[in-house]
Amino acid sequence: MNGTSVAVNPGRGSLAVRSGVIAYVALLIVIPLMALIARGLTGGPSQLWAAITAPVALNALTLTLWTAGIMSIINAVMGTATAWVLVRYRFPGRSILSALVDLPFAIPTLVTGVMLVILFGPQSLMGKWLIGHGMKVAFASPSILLALMFISLPFVVRAVEPVLMEQDPAEEEAARTLGAGPFTTFVRVLLPPIIPAILSGTIQSFARALGEFGSIVVVSGNIPYRTLTSPVYLFGEIESGRSDTAAAVSILLLLIALISNFAARGVLRLVGVNRA
Amino acid sequence: MGVILLLPLGAVIVRALSGGVQPLIDAFHDANALHGLKLSVILAAIALVANGIVGVGGAMVLIRHRFFGRRFLDTLIDLPLAVSPVMTGLAFLLIFGRGGWFEPLLDSIGWKVTFAFPGLVLATLFVTFPFTLREVGYVLEELGTTEEEAASTLGASPWNTFRLVTLPNIRYGLGYGIILTVARSLGEFGAVLVLGGAISGKTETATTFIYNALEERQEAAAYIMALVLAVASILLLVGLEWMKHQRNKEL
Amino acid sequence: MSIRVSNLNKRFGSFVAVDDVSLEIPSGDLVAFLGPSGSGKSTILRIIAGLETADSGSVFFNGEVADHLHARARGVGFVFQHYALFRHMTVMENIAFGLRVQGASRQKQTTRVHELLSLMGLEGMGDRYPTQLSGGQRQRVALARALAPEPKVLLLDEPFGAVDAKVREELRHWLRRLHDEVHVTSIFVTHDQEEAFSVADRVIVIHRGRVEQSGSPEEILDQPATEFVARFIGEANVYEATVNDGIAQVGALPVPATGIPNDTKATLVIRFYDLKFWRDDQGMATVVRTMTLGDRIKVEAVIDDAGTIFSQFPRRSSLLRGIEPGCRIHIEVTTARAYPQGGHV
Repeated sequence: MNGTSVAVNPGRGSLAVRSGVIAYVALLIVIPLMALIARGLTGGPSQLWAAITAPVALNALTLTLWTAGIMSIINAVMGTATAWVLVRYRFPGRSILSALVDLPFAIPTLVTGVMLVILFGPQSLMGKWLIGHGMKVAFASPSILLALMFISLPFVVRAVEPVLMEQDPAEEEAARTLGAGPFTTFVRVLLPPIIPAILSGTIQSFARALGEFGSIVVVSGNIPYRTLTSPVYLFGEIESGRSDTAAAVSILLLLIALISNFAARGVLRLVGVNRA
Repeated sequence: MGVILLLPLGAVIVRALSGGVQPLIDAFHDANALHGLKLSVILAAIALVANGIVGVGGAMVLIRHRFFGRRFLDTLIDLPLAVSPVMTGLAFLLIFGRGGWFEPLLDSIGWKVTFAFPGLVLATLFVTFPFTLREVGYVLEELGTTEEEAASTLGASPWNTFRLVTLPNIRYGLGYGIILTVARSLGEFGAVLVLGGAISGKTETATTFIYNALEERQEAAAYIMALVLAVASILLLVGLEWMKHQRNKEL
Repeated sequence: MSIRVSNLNKRFGSFVAVDDVSLEIPSGDLVAFLGPSGSGKSTILRIIAGLETADSGSVFFNGEVADHLHARARGVGFVFQHYALFRHMTVMENIAFGLRVQGASRQKQTTRVHELLSLMGLEGMGDRYPTQLSGGQRQRVALARALAPEPKVLLLDEPFGAVDAKVREELRHWLRRLHDEVHVTSIFVTHDQEEAFSVADRVIVIHRGRVEQSGSPEEILDQPATEFVARFIGEANVYEATVNDGIAQVGALPVPATGIPNDTKATLVIRFYDLKFWRDDQGMATVVRTMTLGDRIKVEAVIDDAGTIFSQFPRRSSLLRGIEPGCRIHIEVTTARAYPQGGHV
């Protein structure tokens, strides 16, 4: 117990700091995003709609959404399992595993893409083997899933780990003594408290995957209607000078990310957790 | 699972060295590559300092103050994480580029932001903004205010309290946030590509160097630079884990 | 330095923490704020320290208004429940902190620190860090740190709450001796009656943000001013009955209730030690059980036509002769406190 986290009566200096921070945020973050939104909305709703529903754009959007979605669900399961292993077991190499989970935060996404090309590209051992068996990974949709899995892996683990650490093993023991089997114990005792964390981590993972660019642009081949995701599509539009459509699609992506973010916070607040 | 993460890394190392050591040495003499690396490091340093300072101040404001609009500020801070890097580049392009809001102003001063260094700085500051703030904020929240209250009753001014009591207490959270900032900054690609244009020798960072090299089919150069970045990432990762360990020990 | 608090009010949201509190503490006194958790006693203390601001009302130091002063300008020494020692500083640096930020010379700091280290029995521990100390040691460092800048007032917020019972007793002795030597006006907050009574000159009982009573330990014990004080201090039996001619009839037991008008419903508070039981086959109550509590025996009985009554006797008391579960007893009430219904809440 450490008292509150809030101080009382900030003085003049503190108010100056507050204004400084607010100004910084306004200039660096708010204004650029407002410019983006403004540009996307020029031309009115009909233009916006047209830009969003252009066949290539729409396809890219669907691809982005479903790959990010599937990856998030897979991460929810695998991430929880990883967090479980990290928290509940001691084994040699545990700290290395923990570090590995943080690796995607330290590695440039572009380097991730390069790694995947090296591993699975047509000139690699693995690539040749796969093509021989009729499967294409690099420059095909599976590569997107692999890239996303790598870069969005840490979110669920990092969200679940602290909550799991606070769990008292005594609760599980109590359930066991009352006759519950391992599966029942897991579902009824362990799962409920960590569900908000899993949800929060999954949504963060989803938002991250939605915007992923660096790794995908290198390894997916960027084939329209096949392996072109929205961020890469955006890039193409910008390079072609079509800022308006780019801005329009940006607004949509931003909206999706924000809505999922708010949904996550809303759920957390409902359940009473107060950590972003 | 460790396999998933380690194997690609190993592959990069193998590939990069597959042409022998000579290409490696050549690479180190390539002016563009060196410039790209230097640029990335400078950007990382700027982000570290600027967002480090604003991060600490912002965390204090967010966690220790209560004011109208605080929750809103809280949401704004996380925005860079929700924005795809390409969108970031586009947003700044719209403000500072042709037909942008600030274009006339910039023309009159003679400053160039887009496809120039200032643009890269802005993009980097944007994408790395939340990290230090969030990490310091977490530590501040966990520590609580009692030590600071104690300092106050002993007659310390707000600045002294901050300097002598708060700052030492948050140092590992700050360190962790700073390393995240540097890592993210070095890895930034989409935004600097769009806003900077990846002009060799001018706005080409280490990451866009790799991209350009791949486009020009100069795979060896690309892989070697990727290796350099990968090694840097591993070192940063070690630092990250150490900071996290120290921070958790104290909380 | 004397402290006066006048018509203090403080709410947290819809919760009233401090309700029109006025107090006076003469210079040099050692006073306890006693009350249950959530009674507002810590809030009042923090308002005096300047760590919280009251919604209305004023704090006066030596007759002068102090409301506009920040905590750092009030010259108060504050000891927190969980020590709040600066974790990255040594014991010496902690103790020297107040002097250091006020610009005292290195020499002055060192002299004073050594003075306090010996005063608090912490010699030789100057270079240790808080994590290397026991709870009792940490609290003594906290005390030393608060005293180093020679504050005019010493405020302690449940200072002994976080330590073991044995250590708590030792610390209480420290505090008392400290006060006898240093004579700083001191206020400490506690929910422990024994602590308040054994250490303080005067006790102020606080409940639900209001002052219930202020007086010496004897006054509080023997002349509880309100129903709350009577119930909270010591252990008591509580009943409701109508008073007539100075007697309230609790079933078969007559209870003296002076000062209450006839035909008024009142709450009666009878301390365990203000009762006499003795075996009487024509008695008015039946013993249910006796409980051995170390050096005391607690007797539980049921009064005819009324409820349970408890009393306590020393183990070898002659009054206990023949008393066993099931037997009949006569009860005599030596003193009781009566409060008209609808008085204090």
